[in-house]
This record gives sequence, structure tokens and C-alpha cells, in this order.
Amino acid sequence: MATVTEVEAPPLAPGTDPKPPKKRGRLVPYWLLLPGLLWLVIFFALPMIYQASTSVQTGSLEEGYKVTWHFATYWDALTEYWPQFLRSVSYAAAATALCLLLGYPLAYLIAFRAGRWRNLIMILVIAPFFTSFLIRTLAWKTILADSGPVVGALNTLHVLDVTSWLGWTAGDRVLATPLAVVCGLTYNFLPFMILPLYTSLERIDGRLHEAAGDLYARPWTTFRKVTFPLSMPGVVSGTLLTFIPAAGDYVNAELLGSTDTRMIGNVIQTQFLRILDYPTAAALSFILMAAILLMVTVYIRRSGTEDLV
Amino acid sequence: MMTTETSGDVRLTGISKTYGSFTAVHPLDLTVPQGSFFALLGASGCGKTTTLRMIAGLEEPSSGTVHLGDQEVTHLPPYKRPVNTVFQSYALFPHLDIFENVAFGLRRRGVKSVKKQVDEMLDLVQLGEQARKKPHQLSGGQQQRVAVARALINHPKVLLLDEPLGALDLKLRRQMQLELKRIQTEVGITFVHVTHDQEEAMTMADTVAVMNGGRVEQLGSPTDLYENPQTTFVANFLGTSNLIEAEVDTRSGEDVVLKAGGGKLVLPRARCSAPARTGGKVLVGVRPEKISLTHADDAGAIPAGRNRITGKIAHSSFIGVSTQYVVDSAVCPEFEVYAQNIERDSRLVPGADVVLHWSPAHTFGLDAAQDIDAGVETAGEEAA
Repeated sequence: MATVTEVEAPPLAPGTDPKPPKKRGRLVPYWLLLPGLLWLVIFFALPMIYQASTSVQTGSLEEGYKVTWHFATYWDALTEYWPQFLRSVSYAAAATALCLLLGYPLAYLIAFRAGRWRNLIMILVIAPFFTSFLIRTLAWKTILADSGPVVGALNTLHVLDVTSWLGWTAGDRVLATPLAVVCGLTYNFLPFMILPLYTSLERIDGRLHEAAGDLYARPWTTFRKVTFPLSMPGVVSGTLLTFIPAAGDYVNAELLGSTDTRMIGNVIQTQFLRILDYPTAAALSFILMAAILLMVTVYIRRSGTEDLV
Repeated sequence: MMTTETSGDVRLTGISKTYGSFTAVHPLDLTVPQGSFFALLGASGCGKTTTLRMIAGLEEPSSGTVHLGDQEVTHLPPYKRPVNTVFQSYALFPHLDIFENVAFGLRRRGVKSVKKQVDEMLDLVQLGEQARKKPHQLSGGQQQRVAVARALINHPKVLLLDEPLGALDLKLRRQMQLELKRIQTEVGITFVHVTHDQEEAMTMADTVAVMNGGRVEQLGSPTDLYENPQTTFVANFLGTSNLIEAEVDTRSGEDVVLKAGGGKLVLPRARCSAPARTGGKVLVGVRPEKISLTHADDAGAIPAGRNRITGKIAHSSFIGVSTQYVVDSAVCPEFEVYAQNIERDSRLVPGADVVLHWSPAHTFGLDAAQDIDAGVETAGEEAA
């Protein structure tokens, strides 16, 4: 019996305290969760509740706002600002599509062809983050300046005639047009597309390409039937990481656009900071959030990926 | 095993592969007859997988040509070659179910109704029930069978197997060896099988090519390779050999008499791959299971005409069907002897003085200088 009791002493799992586990030891994981939870409560949950209550208040700046469960604010905000909602979604969608078109080949190149240049290209992709978002966006003002080389070249090639006809640009200008805003959004969110795409592509076993080739798939068929389907998690998370912030963005429309290219972010910003109509601003924020949540849910359901990234 | 038809032969002519200054495969000539089960055997890095990949088209040879039957395929991309590969880690498409994995090759070639063929193939590998599962839901052995089915369904001229059983545990590996052999006999397709497991190569293949350092050391049937190794590498890589350095004493008729230590050993000339010049050195080899072990006290009872060596038992280990002894002798410090456990002599324990004796017919001779060109007789027979 003595040997049995000896054997029964539980083997110590690596990393656990050598003393028998006390109640305090078992609580350690929860203590470790605490800072993160506190952060979420203070900076996410509380502001949400505060915003939610603001959105159903009525009153004025002078008399103060009171919660009156005035849900009509939502309806009013939606009827007044639906064009900006629509514009936000279409600009964000256009920017996301452009990011995917530009980012996929680059991510593919880094993952499969870059060899020893891989790290350098990765650094170049992330490099823009070393300067501030504002400065980067302002730089595009210079790039797209009316007398700048880009506009000059586009003019000479008569590209602007086509884009003007499509309503993307106005006359000889690119700045202060939808095209400029979409360009800015694309540029600013491109790394958020490339990184998940790269992670997803890099994880694909090279032998699968060989196996597809061995089974009579030409390179393009191999891409369509093997590589692309296997990179779907990257495509889904990349498009989400691009679309969600782009839909709520206001900096690009502010700096590169005009009053005709105002996105919903600009409206919310104006309501909050200039008009000081807090209930409408809060209601708009919630509508945007709900709209994005709805679109994302439908999108993930449709794309059929089980895991993101 | 071999047909006179050559339309399915794999012919490698002067094929080689170099990576920078490293030569993975030295110029190599090899013919795999149609319908045979051919094994490329060697330790890792010997060039066997590179050779296989050159047949598959996954690696461009630095020189030489690859023919499949009458067709030269040296520069064809893999998707244009009538060969299919079972990859080492199976490389099943994780996003497709078993059915679609197996149907992949057919669909790429534009076959419209694949259902019947895929079902038949899945039945052949006994996976009919699993058709709609994803690869990760299957066990290793099942995945391996899917990989075989996925390749075989295309009726390739040659099926290439790159260490297909390496990831399986021993018991499953044995089972799959028999399974693959059964499938090969059933479909009659040429199999080229790469393995580092000598037992696997010997049990499955009709012909084995032993590779070492980017060269084929010896080619032949498993029995041939085992009984008549031409080089020390083959002698040692396939099973175990006891090698004794000896000096040629005299040559009498069919036999060569050699001096080793104090005694004399007889070697049939036909089994000596080295030029046995009087006074020259020869490596004398004998397999451990060919040797009888007799206690020194009974030495007189040993029949005349047998090769004998005296020594002392250093270790013995009982492994059920046999007992393995390591004997310390003057000519070879670690002489291995496997004795069947029929009648066990209780005196044969470590420390006992013993006489090792075996029939001269079981002795083979190798060139002490290791000339690889020696002994083309057995290899030539197979390649013809």
C-alpha cells in the first residue's frame, strides 16, 4: 500500500508551484485576466453604456440633456444622413477591393518568391506606420496636388476624362474628389490587408502546390483551386481589417475630400465637436456600428471560413 | 514481374543534379522495367528523393534525360507527365474532402463524371465510408491510403512513392507495406518507391537500388543484394555483416584461401567481388545468422571444411526467436552471431570461449580498396 500512496502523489505539471495547489494558486489565471478586463470595462463597456444613454437623451446644450428614451433620434439621424452612410460603405468597399487587388500579389510574392528579400519587403510594408496617420494623409495632398506630376500625367493620358465621366474626379482635379478619398483610404489601410494575407499564404505547405502540379493542375489552376481557397482566412480577415476602419474613417475625407465626399465619420465628428448635438452623434455611431456588424456577419457566413487569420 | 513490353519503362540516362557546388545525384543510368516494384534505398541525403523528384518533374535535372516508355519527358512540367506521386507527408488538400481530393486529378483533365471511378478507387483502398470527411479527420494510415488513391486513380504510367510510410508507426507500417504490395499486384502499375528502411525495401520491392552519396552502389533483387553485397556499404546497410580483413594466401580451383589472424578462411571465388591476387587484401564477409556457435570444449565435433574463428562471448541478448551474441575475436572485435533458439547450450554465456564456424559457401569477398565498379554481374542481370 505504501508504494501506491507514493505513486498517487500527482506528478507536477511544468510551471506549477511545487507546493500543493492552494486556492490562491488556482485563482492566478483570473488575476492575470484582471488588468485586461478592467481596461475593457473602463474604456469599452462604460463608454458604450454612456453613449447608449446619450443617444436616447433630449434637451439642448444650454438646458442640459436628459434621458427621455427618445428613440426617434435614430430614425431622424438615419433619414437625414443616409447618403453619407451609403457613401461611407461604398468608399470603404472600393478601398477594400483596391487593397485586395494590390495587396494579394504583393503578399503572394513575399510569401513564396521573395527568398532572402522577404524581411526587407515586410519592413517596407510596415514602414509607413513609423510616421503618423495625419502626416501620411497630408502627404497625399502634395502627391495629388493640382499642379503635381500625378495629375499632370493622368491629364496627359486622358485618364481624368474617363474618371470625370464616371464621377470619380471633377475636371482637371483629383484632390477634393471621391477618387482622392478612396486613394487615401487604400493607402492607409493597405498594410492591414497585406499582413493577414501574408500570414495566411505563408502557412500554406509548398508541397500542396507540388501535389496540385503532379495532379495535372497548371499553375493558374493550382492558384484557383488550391492557393486561393487556402488563403481565404487571410482574405476574410484582411478585408475586415480594411473595411471596418475605412467605413468609420473621417481623416481621409476631411483632408483629401470636399463637402461632397463627406463620410459618416465626418458627420459624427461635426455633430460631436462643432454642432454639439450629442444625441444625434451617439445615435449615428450606434447605427454605424450595427450596420458594420450586420454586414460583417453576413460576409463571414457567406465566405464560409471557420477561422480568421 | 517483367514483361517484354517497354512502353512503361522508366529510363534515366546520365541524369544528375547539382546545387551550386554540391552534387546531389551523380550521373546515373537506371531502367525501371514496366510493372515492377522498384525501390530506391539509402540513408537521408543520398540522392534518392532527388532522383524521384526528377522523374516526377518537380526537379530539373542538371544533365541527362528522363524517358517514360518512348516519350522523353526531361523538360516537361509535372502537370504534363503521366506520373503521379505519393508525397512523404501525403500533401492532401486540407480544404477538400476525401472524395474531392481523389477526384482532383480527374477533374483537372476534364473528366466529367468522376463519381463511379472515385467510388471504386475509395473501395480499393477501403475508404468508401470516409468520402465526405476532411483529411484532418482521418488517421495517419487512412490519409496515406487517400494519398495512394488520389495518385492511382489517374492510371499513371509510373507511381512514385516518396517515403510514403515514414510517418506511420511500426505496426501500421507493416500492414501498409502488404497493402501497397497488394495494390501494386492488382493494378500492375510500375511503382518507384523511395525509402530509407531496408526492411521495407526488401519486403516490397522486386528490385532494389541502394544509393549512397548520390550514386547507385548496387542494384538487384533483395535476395541478391543481401546474399551477394558488392560493397561494404551494401553489406552493412542491408542487415548486418561481419567483415574481416584478410590476405589472399593461395587460390585453389574454385576457392580462394585467405589468411586472417592466425587461421585460414575459404571463400568461393565466385562470391568474391574483388580481384583476389595472391598477397592482396580482401574483406571477407559473413552474415550473423549464417554462423554457428560451438563451445570451445566441443571444437572437435565441428565438421571439417568449415571456416572457423575462435573468440570469447562478450555479450548475449535473448530476443525470443533467436539469441544475439557479440563475440570478441582476434580478427574482428565485435563479431555478431544470431543463433536460433532451438537447442540452447547453457555454457554459451558471456566470457565463454567459443568457436564460430560457417560454411565457406556463405562467405563473400569485397575489395579492401572499395572499388565500386567491381561486380557488375548481378546488377547487369537485373537491368537487362
